[in-house]
Amino acid sequence: MTETAPALRTTRFVVSRRKEGDDPGALRYDTYDVAVGPRTTILDALVAIRRHLDPGLTFRHSCFHASCGTCGMRVDGREGLACVTPVPSGAEVVVEPLANLPVVSDLVVDMEVFYEAFDEAGRPLVRASESVPGSTPAEGIEELERYEDCIECGICLSACPVAGSDPRYVGPAALAAAWRVVEEPRGRDPGPVVRLMDDEQAAWRCHLAWECSEACPSGVDPATAIMRIRRSAASARARRLFSFGGTR
Amino acid sequence: MASTTAEPRRPAVGPARRPGFVGWFDPRGRRLGGIAFLVNRITGIGLVVYLYLHLVILALLAQGPTAWDTFIEVALSPPFLALDVILLAGILIHGLNGIRVGLVGLGLVASRQRALFVALMAIAALVALAGGLRIFTAG
Repeated sequence: MTETAPALRTTRFVVSRRKEGDDPGALRYDTYDVAVGPRTTILDALVAIRRHLDPGLTFRHSCFHASCGTCGMRVDGREGLACVTPVPSGAEVVVEPLANLPVVSDLVVDMEVFYEAFDEAGRPLVRASESVPGSTPAEGIEELERYEDCIECGICLSACPVAGSDPRYVGPAALAAAWRVVEEPRGRDPGPVVRLMDDEQAAWRCHLAWECSEACPSGVDPATAIMRIRRSAASARARRLFSFGGTR
Repeated sequence: MASTTAEPRRPAVGPARRPGFVGWFDPRGRRLGGIAFLVNRITGIGLVVYLYLHLVILALLAQGPTAWDTFIEVALSPPFLALDVILLAGILIHGLNGIRVGLVGLGLVASRQRALFVALMAIAALVALAGGLRIFTAG
């Protein structure tokens, strides 16, 4: 059986080109015409641009299958992982780095602030309470562990309008991680984490735009986690208020 | 993925959405929750502006009956009545969405926030429509 090659079309990529230290108001975009097919992803096109047109274009990627979280960027203003985002059907597509994080070069942002916020939450990266349903561990393996859904891509922070206007905000990913500690303390006292997140720059800074949950490529739903932290924190405050000097 | 044709180094368009406070008011790329966030800010600012305008207009009372009667004539004109309908819609949208924000913000119905927004905005639209008809048809 012979297969015909899918028809290609030309899409104009408008790519943000900025370097660390550039004036934030000085925007620069370069355009590249790329032949794309129905299955071409944004990352495919960026790789082609770097290989054939502009070796100086900087972007970050690793796994090509939405697992490493390194290729988060904005495509036509909407956050996504470039490796699984198909090239839109329009004649032109705007590719920009994640928002709310400092740009290092072109489409690469400095993730340090994002990662630091996780440290406060205790980095609960492995779920002890879940295993893969119906699976049989290979010989010699006691049980399968399911890793946390969060791939630390920074997309939630980029999508959050509050993080865009106040850099002191802890951000959705760290708050979702904090809620994981509460859900599954694994012998730890979750109280300190809840108290840490019961802060005007943490759980109470969220203004419920829900963009983080909508944008998350892994279905983590940070917004719901934030609301649960609030409920937990509010309950703890109420208990303290009505305990008349009891245990704090 | 196949060949590429070169046309590099040509300045093009602006950003899809500006960061910071200005970005709050840019609907591009927003999902339903983001639209709710945007609408709440627009109606909130609108209601604050209305509050001050209302106080300014009430000050006309101090200028005597003539000034007030002149204003009432303007207030009964169709363009002004249309502003009343917009005000009613703004109050309904902001108030009902405020109920959603309060409930969801305390983690009570967090998983239903989208459905809640759609339902409350449907109520706002119906009441604004009924109110608009009443405003324009009342004797």
